Amino acid sequence: MMQSAAVRQLVLLLPALGVIVLLIGVPLGLMGWVSLLEKSASAGVDWQASPGAGNYLRLVWEEDFDGRMILNPTYLVIFLRSVLQAAVTTLLCLVLGLPVALWMAGLTRTGRMVMLLLVTIPFWTNLLVRNYAWLIILREDGWTTAVLNRLWPFGPVQLLYNDAAVAIGLTYSFLPFMILPLYSVFEKFDWRLIEAALDLGATRRRALRRVVLPLALPGIVAGSLLVFIPCLGAFVTPALLGGGKTAMLGNVIQAQFGPARNWPFGAAVSIVLLAIMLAVMTAMALWRSRRAPR
Amino acid sequence: MNLRRFPVMREISIAVLVFLYVPVIVLTVYSFNANRTATVWTHASFDWYLRILANPSIRAATWNSIVLAGTSATAATLIALLAALATRRAFPGRDTTETLLRLPLILPEIVVAVATLLLFVSLGVSLGLGAMIAAHTAFCIPFAYLPIRARLDGMSGSYEEAAQDLYADRFRTFRRVTMPLLWPGVMAGFTLAFVTSLDDFLTSFFLSGPGTTTLPVYIFSAIRAGITPEINAISTVMLVISILLVSLSFFLGQLRR
Repeated sequence: MMQSAAVRQLVLLLPALGVIVLLIGVPLGLMGWVSLLEKSASAGVDWQASPGAGNYLRLVWEEDFDGRMILNPTYLVIFLRSVLQAAVTTLLCLVLGLPVALWMAGLTRTGRMVMLLLVTIPFWTNLLVRNYAWLIILREDGWTTAVLNRLWPFGPVQLLYNDAAVAIGLTYSFLPFMILPLYSVFEKFDWRLIEAALDLGATRRRALRRVVLPLALPGIVAGSLLVFIPCLGAFVTPALLGGGKTAMLGNVIQAQFGPARNWPFGAAVSIVLLAIMLAVMTAMALWRSRRAPR
Repeated sequence: MNLRRFPVMREISIAVLVFLYVPVIVLTVYSFNANRTATVWTHASFDWYLRILANPSIRAATWNSIVLAGTSATAATLIALLAALATRRAFPGRDTTETLLRLPLILPEIVVAVATLLLFVSLGVSLGLGAMIAAHTAFCIPFAYLPIRARLDGMSGSYEEAAQDLYADRFRTFRRVTMPLLWPGVMAGFTLAFVTSLDDFLTSFFLSGPGTTTLPVYIFSAIRAGITPEINAISTVMLVISILLVSLSFFLGQLRR
């Protein structure tokens, strides 16, 4: 009896695990292997090449005319910009999202339901369309630029195709990822703790800083992870709202698998992106296990 | 004195709601603007909507998107339903299984998309609708799985026990007791998987072969060619469809257990 139950469970799980392993696990493994190969003359992958770390080295160094290896900052700058852009977006989402989550949790049941729906809807609407909406708002011949040009005395303003536009677009794209985990913390929050803090003479501001924020930490960490990771691999936002000087890792990957046609190099960039992501997640998991009461 | 009120939280929240919804509203308003330059408001018109209806490439892309989303969401929901039934009771390795099932939510989409492209091209699988359906099914699984699991977690096992006590066999119990109770969760999962596939751009962008453009891929290349009122109209249509479907899924999830 026990055995047949176990067999049945396995059979039920087989399609799901099969699809995930074959269409996500195997491709990622293959990409790891390809990242060690070289591109062939016909722009594909040279499967006969002996594996080496050439693509990874090329991220940092390049050969100059005399055949010496010199530092090539192109990709380092893009890495740094991606990490920085993701960090700025995470911070912006936190600053905007925490008040919303806290305020939502204090509403009536109906109010909470309505707000939950309002926050969730943008999460599910098309990412491309939402970034396109910002393209309309920020573009050169739009009314926003016209108004700002009136107010800003030092020459014409350029709202699009810079890091700020990308940061706005990313924040807009991923804000719900921050609000929802924070809300789930505040929903279960024991509000009597606030009462205790106020009774003991704390101001509301102090209660917020010393009671609410520390207890919200798990939600802050979860939300930050959910914003930071997709930001790091963002492609649509920098492609639409950014310019040539605001490329992020996602744009490099797309270029290598598209116009530049160097798949092994693109694979190496993807693997580095996965590695950064894994490092961040491991750090968070370690932090969590340290914090957990023993 | 309300313990749950803090200074300025309400004002910030309202500002955030404005931030979340104003761009979408601006886009919608512009889609009804008769003026081609789209910066100058002349008068309201449905011209652009009529024009996208008449555009054969938009119609083909829409059809591809619907076939893709319908097939992938159906496959993903069936697979997720089986998996959710299997993970209902604890077993060794359940946590690992659940992590695997959620993998598509965690991994950066662009990385999975190019990896799948690499696999398909090196296996000689031709790109296009078939390739997209396979990849979409994989990343839709968690979106279908999570609502079904949530519904199962909220269901007590006593109805099924009662059915078995009354000599219903396993299959009959499943068909007559489990499924009717689980139905809203399955529909919510299907709807979310459908929306996710319908809205997906990146995976389709890499895996769509020539002639099998989906709507988001069409919109992206159209934006690259320049902003036009037609893009505003077709974007608004996509927004409305997503909002309707997500609201539907939300209410299915709230249905009385």
